[in-house]
Amino acid sequence: MVNGLLDRASVDAVLNDLDEYAIEEALRIVEPLNSAGATHSITLISMGPDRASEAIRKGLSMGADEAILISDPALSGSDALTTSKVLAKVISEGGFDLVFCGTESTDARMSVIPAMLAERLGWAQLTFAGSVKVDPSSSSVEIARMSESGVEVMSASLPCVVSVIEKINEPRYPSFKGIMAAKKKTIATKSLSDIGISPSEVGISGAWSAVLDAKARPPRDKGIKIEDSGEGGLKLAEFLQEKRLV
Amino acid sequence: MAKVLILVDHASGKVAKTAGELATFAKRAGDCIGLILAPEGQSQALSEQLANTVIGQVIAVESNDFAKHGQACLLDAITQIVEKVKPDAILIPSTSAGKEIAGRLAIRLNSGVITDAIDFASDLSATQSVFGGSFTVASKVSAGIPVITIRPSAIEAEVGSSAPAFEKVDAVISEKAKRVTITDSKPAVKGGRPELTEAKVVISGGRGTNGDFKPVEALADLLGAAVGASRAATDAGWYPHTHQVGQTGKTVSPQLYLACGISGAIQHRAGMQTSKTIVAINKDPEAPIFDVADFGVVGDLFAVLPQVGQAISAKRA
Ligand SMILES: Cc1cc2nc3c(=O)[nH]c(=O)nc-3n(C[C@H](O)[C@H](O)[C@H](O)COP(=O)(O)OP(=O)(O)OC[C@H]3O[C@@H](n4cnc5c(N)ncnc54)[C@H](O)[C@@H]3O)c2cc1C
Ligand SMILES: Nc1ncnc2c1ncn2[C@@H]1O[C@H](COP(=O)(O)O)[C@@H](O)[C@H]1O
Repeated sequence: MVNGLLDRASVDAVLNDLDEYAIEEALRIVEPLNSAGATHSITLISMGPDRASEAIRKGLSMGADEAILISDPALSGSDALTTSKVLAKVISEGGFDLVFCGTESTDARMSVIPAMLAERLGWAQLTFAGSVKVDPSSSSVEIARMSESGVEVMSASLPCVVSVIEKINEPRYPSFKGIMAAKKKTIATKSLSDIGISPSEVGISGAWSAVLDAKARPPRDKGIKIEDSGEGGLKLAEFLQEKRLV
Repeated sequence: MAKVLILVDHASGKVAKTAGELATFAKRAGDCIGLILAPEGQSQALSEQLANTVIGQVIAVESNDFAKHGQACLLDAITQIVEKVKPDAILIPSTSAGKEIAGRLAIRLNSGVITDAIDFASDLSATQSVFGGSFTVASKVSAGIPVITIRPSAIEAEVGSSAPAFEKVDAVISEKAKRVTITDSKPAVKGGRPELTEAKVVISGGRGTNGDFKPVEALADLLGAAVGASRAATDAGWYPHTHQVGQTGKTVSPQLYLACGISGAIQHRAGMQTSKTIVAINKDPEAPIFDVADFGVVGDLFAVLPQVGQAISAKRA
C-alpha cells in the first residue's frame, strides 16, 4: 500500500542524489508494519533514459519491491511541468497511496516536482519533511516541515505526497543479500504510448518555456592568497575597506 | 501597459524585504500590483508597510485557512485573483514555499514557470544562474501567464514614496484545499541579525570553528551581517539548520561572503559561489574554498577574525 518514488529526473550530475533518503524513509515506515503482518510494497518510479536503471537497481537492492522506468526518446529535454505530468500519470494509475520524493534545492526544477505532483494528483502535499509518522489505523501521515521559515507540524489523510529533506535519516548500504535479491527483481520499462501520453505533450515540444540565451559565467579572477604571519586580519580588513565592503 | 502581479511575503506581521525587490523588477515591465494573503484583520497593516516600495496597488485576501491549512488554500486565492486581475506576469519570492506555490500555480494556469531567477526584463524574460553559478541562462515563458520566482536580494529595491491603493477582495477556499492541517508552527527564531538570504554580508562558520561561533558572530554584529554555517556545523548542532548554506541549505548571493573554517566542498559552494566577493579564512592552504575566493587568508580563524574586527573598529573610531 505504501509506495516510494524515485525521481532521478532532473538530478544535477555533479551533485549527490537525494532520492536515497526517500527510499530509506519508505523502507523504515513499511518494514515494521510488514513485520507485524501487513503486506505493503514499495515501487520505485523514475522517468529517465535507460541508464537510470542503474540507480533504480540500487534502490531495489536497498529493499524496494518493484520498479517502473518511463523511458522514451521523446522525453529528452523535458522540464518540471512535463516530468510531473508523466510521473503523475503513472502514479494515478498504479493504485498508490503514498509517494515519497527527495528534495533537491540547488536544481531550480527539482524542488518543485513534489508540489507539482500533489497538484496534479489532487493529493495532500506534505513536503520538506524532517520527520514522518504514518498512522495506519487512521490512514494519516504527520510530518515536521523544516524550511527557512521555521518548523511546521502538519498532517493529512492518505493519499499524500511527501518529500523528505536529507537530514531525515542515514540511508542504508545495500546488503549482499539485498543486492542478490535485486538481481531477480524486474524493472518495468514503459514508453509514452504505454502510459497513454502523446509525444506532442512532452519533451522540448511540450516545453512551456524557451531558452533565449545561455552564457558561461566569466571565471573568477584569480584571487589574492596570503599567509597569516600575525597580520592576516589587518590585511583582510584593508582589502575589505579598499573594496568598500565594510 | 503590462500588469505584473507580485506575491507579498510576510511573517509574524511584517512584510518581507522581497516585496520591494519584486516590485522593482515588476516596474520594468509595467504596473505592479501586490497581492497580500493574510489572516483575518491583518492585511491593511501589512499593506501600510509597503509605502516605501514602488507597489502601486494592493489586493488583499484574508482567511484564517491560510495558516490552518497551508499552501493549497493560498493557491485557491491566488488563482481567483489572477482570473480577476488578468496580469501579464506573476512574480513570487524564491523561497521553498514560493517555488512550490509557483509550480502548482503554473499547472493550474497551464502556464510556464521559471524558478530561482536573478533578473527579470521588461519583455517578461528571466535570467537564472545554473550549475552552481557557472552559467547564466535567459529564458522566456512561451505558454500562458509567466510565473517566475525571484531570488531574494537579486536587486536593490527601489524606494517609493506613497502608500499603495488598498482593496480587500473575497476568495472562496475549496474543501479540497483543506486536506492538510497545520497543528503547530514555530517560526524561525530571528535574532537581531538580518535574514541570511537578504543580507548584504554573510559570515559563515564551519567545522573549523570547533563549535565556537563567537568570533564569527562578533564580526557579523560589527558588520551588520548574517551568520551562515556549513553542513558540518549544522549537523554537529553548533548552529540551527535554518542557517545552513549550500546545496541542501540556502543559496546566498551577498556583496560579501566570508567563509571561516570551511573547506569549500562542492555542496557548500553550490550555495554561495555567486556571491559578489568571496573571502576565505582557512588553516589549510590546499582547501578548495581558496579556488573561489577573491581574498584568502591561510591562518587560524580564532586569530584572524578578532584582528579584522579590531582593525575595522579602529578605523571607524
Ligand atoms: C547530499 C549532501 C548534501 C550536502 N549539502 C550541504 C550543504 O548544503 N551545505 C554544506 O555546507 N555542506 C553540505 N554537504 C556536506 C559537504 O559535503 C561537506 O561535508 C561540508 O560542507 C563540510 O563542512 P566544513 O567545510 O565545515 O567541514 P570540513 O570539510 O571538515 O572543513 C573544515 C575546514 O576548517 C579548516 N579549519 C580547521 N580549524 C581551523 C581554524 N582554527 N581556523 C581556520 N580554519 C580551520 C580545515 O582546514 C578545513 O578546511 C552535503 C553533503 C551531501 C552528501
Ligand atoms: N530517453 C528518455 N526517456 C525518459 N526520460 C528522459 C529521456 N531522456 C531524458 N529524459 C529526462 O528528461 C529530462 C530532461 O533531460 P535532458 O534531455 O537531459 O535535458 C530529465 O528529467 C531526463 O531524465
